Amino acid sequence: MKQFFHSSIGRKFIVAITGLFLLLFVTIHLLGNLSIFLGPVVMNAYAARLHQLGALLWIARLGLIALVGLHLFFTLTLWKENRAASPRAYARDQILERTLYARSMRLSGLVILGFLLFHLAQFTWKWTNPEYQQWQDSLGQHNVYRMVTTAFHNPWVSGFYLLSVGLLAMHLAHGIESLFQTLGLTNQKFRYYFQCFGRFAACFFFLGYASIPVAVFLKMIPSS
Amino acid sequence: MTALNSKIPPGPLEKKWENFKKTAPLISPTNKRKFNIVVIGSGLAGASAAATLAQEGYQVDCFSFHDSPRRAHSIAAQGGINAAKNYQNDGDSVWRLFYDTLKGGDFRSREANVYRLAEVSLHIIDQCVAQGVPFAREYGGQLANRSFGGAQVSRTFYARGQTGQQLLLGAYGSLSHQIGAGRLRMHTHSEMLDLVVINGHAKGVIIRHLLTGAILRYAADAVVLATGGYSNVYYLSTNARGSNATAIWRSYKRGALFANPCYTQIHPTCIPVAGDYQSKLTLMSESLRNDGRIWVPKKKGDQRLPHQIPQQERDYYLERKYPAYGNLAPRDIASRSAKEVCDQGRGVGPSGLGVYLDFEDSITRLGKKVIEERYGNLFEMYENITGENAYEHPMRIFPALHYTMGGLWVDYHLMSNLPGLYVLGEANFSDHGANRLGASALMQGLADGYFILPYTLGSYLCTQFETKPSIDLPEFEQAQEAVLATTSRLLEVRGSLSAHYFHRELGKILWEHCGMTRSEKSLQEALSEIPKLRERFWKEINVPGSNDSFNKSLEYAGRVADFLELGELLARDALHRRESCGGHFRTEYQRPDGEALRNDELFSCVQAWQYQGEASEPTLLQEPLCYEFVQPGMRNYK
Amino acid sequence: MKSSLNSSSLGQTRAERKLLSFTLRIWRQENSHSPGFFEQLDAKDIPAEASFLEMLDIINDRLIEEKKIPIAFDSDCREGICGTCSMVINGIPQGPGRGAACQVYMRSFSPGSTITIEPYRVKAFPILKDLVVDRSAYDRLIQAGGFISEHTGGAADAATILISKKTADAAMDAAACIGCGACAAACPNSSAMLFVGAKVTHLSLLPQGQPERSERVFSMVHAMDGEGFGNCSNYYACEAICPANISASVIATLNREFIKASITL
Repeated sequence: MKQFFHSSIGRKFIVAITGLFLLLFVTIHLLGNLSIFLGPVVMNAYAARLHQLGALLWIARLGLIALVGLHLFFTLTLWKENRAASPRAYARDQILERTLYARSMRLSGLVILGFLLFHLAQFTWKWTNPEYQQWQDSLGQHNVYRMVTTAFHNPWVSGFYLLSVGLLAMHLAHGIESLFQTLGLTNQKFRYYFQCFGRFAACFFFLGYASIPVAVFLKMIPSS
Repeated sequence: MTALNSKIPPGPLEKKWENFKKTAPLISPTNKRKFNIVVIGSGLAGASAAATLAQEGYQVDCFSFHDSPRRAHSIAAQGGINAAKNYQNDGDSVWRLFYDTLKGGDFRSREANVYRLAEVSLHIIDQCVAQGVPFAREYGGQLANRSFGGAQVSRTFYARGQTGQQLLLGAYGSLSHQIGAGRLRMHTHSEMLDLVVINGHAKGVIIRHLLTGAILRYAADAVVLATGGYSNVYYLSTNARGSNATAIWRSYKRGALFANPCYTQIHPTCIPVAGDYQSKLTLMSESLRNDGRIWVPKKKGDQRLPHQIPQQERDYYLERKYPAYGNLAPRDIASRSAKEVCDQGRGVGPSGLGVYLDFEDSITRLGKKVIEERYGNLFEMYENITGENAYEHPMRIFPALHYTMGGLWVDYHLMSNLPGLYVLGEANFSDHGANRLGASALMQGLADGYFILPYTLGSYLCTQFETKPSIDLPEFEQAQEAVLATTSRLLEVRGSLSAHYFHRELGKILWEHCGMTRSEKSLQEALSEIPKLRERFWKEINVPGSNDSFNKSLEYAGRVADFLELGELLARDALHRRESCGGHFRTEYQRPDGEALRNDELFSCVQAWQYQGEASEPTLLQEPLCYEFVQPGMRNYK
Repeated sequence: MKSSLNSSSLGQTRAERKLLSFTLRIWRQENSHSPGFFEQLDAKDIPAEASFLEMLDIINDRLIEEKKIPIAFDSDCREGICGTCSMVINGIPQGPGRGAACQVYMRSFSPGSTITIEPYRVKAFPILKDLVVDRSAYDRLIQAGGFISEHTGGAADAATILISKKTADAAMDAAACIGCGACAAACPNSSAMLFVGAKVTHLSLLPQGQPERSERVFSMVHAMDGEGFGNCSNYYACEAICPANISASVIATLNREFIKASITL
């Protein structure tokens, strides 16, 4: 087993599996976020329910940190090896088959990481806007709805958010397709379907996540 | 004069090999470790021999001039490998494969050798399947077979159009297994430049390491040459660019006999020559003749496009002349017929040197999909080279030099007249007589390496317990110095012409005067022109670079120097063989219908040449061919 | 298909020798220790029907006649099967189109253009001279386990093993690899996964390959990592240039085999 985690394929396996769980998180998070369209009551109740999970929530949080850490760590070690393996670019470089998504994995990944930290600082730790901490709705629950709608009124926040979910979608387009390949679940025929699925899912995530700031910005949902 | 003892075991034909195996001396496993075997070449014969010997426990060093053992030219064989398995239940048997091979070779090979080859063919397929060679299969999972030139049964096993590749990779796998296990030392980028003979026995080799230029000595208890044929003496051939005769030629110059050099095979289905810059000729597998029909216009100089020529104005000359075999007539007959129609001015294509190979009927009968499945890669290759789509227009083909049946003389043990020197595969002369049937080269290479040498080697080694050659012996010193002298001589000329130039000129002389047809006059011409060209070579060649570095020009120049000598021996042998047989066609000796006219009384023999030094002509030794079990008949494929 | 099909000579009575000229920007390097550089060479009057390597032959002959050092490049069979060629033409390992470098024809380049020729740039394939690289790493991968340990002479009759046509065809698809190294050369990570995947797929499909199935994939992947090849990022550049048309699905098979072997061991 030790050999497995030292091998190239074993480490790629970890990247794929952690990616899969992060994908699961991204999906659940999106569904949670979309509750904003159901109004402040539902969204705030959802948030409150999550916080009531207590220890479970912390386990999930620690799990997510571990997933991100592993995903990042192994990607970076693999990347370091890849750089060492190809000493010099071709004088006339041709982009052979590689898609834009595939080539921008590192960039998109790092921007997403940066966004993640900002996102946490803003909405979870509330460092950027300490006043969020005090906002409560009529039921005495933390007013997540107001926090989100307020934040997205800032075009910089919305812009960065849109850019990041765009890159997230690109990351997932290649990530989902690669996941099946790395886990060995494809063959010649299915690879094409998985590629289509990856791109379709990426569009879905982009539209899902982007719909919130856009809706706020276009005042399609009332700001509490 | 040395008597040529072929060491054929006694007994009835079917029992000879069995009897031999029963009585052949064995070397015990503990003793095998004490013997050092040098194998030169890592193609089908070399890799299979090296792997098998290493597996048995011998100390094996294998050398290849390539960067990897997998590059050997066996890899390019397309069509298939014969075996008398009779899986098709179409009447095949060991006897029939034996007889077809002997007859195909125009009764110029040894009965016992050929019979053994046919016998061993059965094991080759088993061995290769066990190694994971992905032979073509039927829907029911059984091995598929196809028919091939010179046979009326389907006994050819194949892996698409890449049979040679798959068989070689099988042998390379076995070789790699032994290398990985530390039982075999593989030396790549290593070219054998001389044989070391001690007290008349082959006891080592001199190797030039091609990357560093180092000239190295290797001692051995036996030396195995599996270095392929010498088709490249013609410059343009279907052989790889690197294929050369240096190892066998320099062994010849150390006393090994060179047998039947004039037996060269011209392959009927190659892509025609386009220009003199051309570096090689590309073969289209003969299996194409299964479904393609060969024709030329009936009218001379017909300039119409092929589809504009109506059926009644086409001459399907092979079907017309040889109704029984038709388009599957043996290679030499098919080639010569093509030359004949082109000489009549009925050739097609820009140069007039070509005939059509037409798949229209097969596509109509079987559908394009079936043809694509069978020959897809060949059609693609043809389109790539010529820019023509063979599904729509007939292919144009022309004969090209392909295989050399001649080679170093060996006895039944595959040992040359120099004790301790074994020669396998195309490098020896043994099994194909004056013409080789399609899909038999792969069979012979693997038979020699996997199943024959490992049995026969013991007979020699059991006499060699006391003689342990050392690389410090003066013979090694002398051979090493001779190699150094030759390479320095090449570098010192500093003329202005490349080795390419001389190689091309030599090829022209041989193709013109000693190609598909030969005559006394043409051969005399060749014999007077080649020495002149050789003289110019040593005055005008320019070999850039130095001896102590990676120098491809130097490697190549050395090989061309050997070809310039070998070409002369080839012409000499052809001149001496005053008959026509198989691939050797003398215009003076033909039947009224233009078929080869053999002279069994005078030439039912192996012509083996012995080197007598640079200044004198080689001497000729003859090994009579005795037919105890079959009656040599006139070949008739009508 | 390497070439456009516009230069068909079908029906032509006399070959019209069309001559083309190019500028070559070609990598020269004395040996593995010395630094390399690009040299500019004129390739004048090259027959349009000549192959790319024949063009280099012509250039080399001219260099020799001018008493200069010819360009070292690897080639052997010149029919696309031996895998000896190893150059990168205009940034494409083994040249434009499918097939090996020897299957590239000059008619596919626009006349007068500059053609850049360099060696593979892969750490595990050190440059030996000019365009020649050392690909012995691939041999060592096979030596690590890319075979079936069959002892000569012990095989049962071939007819006793039945293999469906579909399986045999799939095995053959993977076995068609010519070992040229273009996959690693095309890969931005210099990964050898296509090469290893092809061998593992070929042998794991066949019943004969089953006994060593797990050990094979372990030792080959271990050797691959040890040789300093990069890791697969699923770019599929390897598949795009493979002269033997090996599909990147062999990489999925390799991953699957490796994971399966790790779980079951």
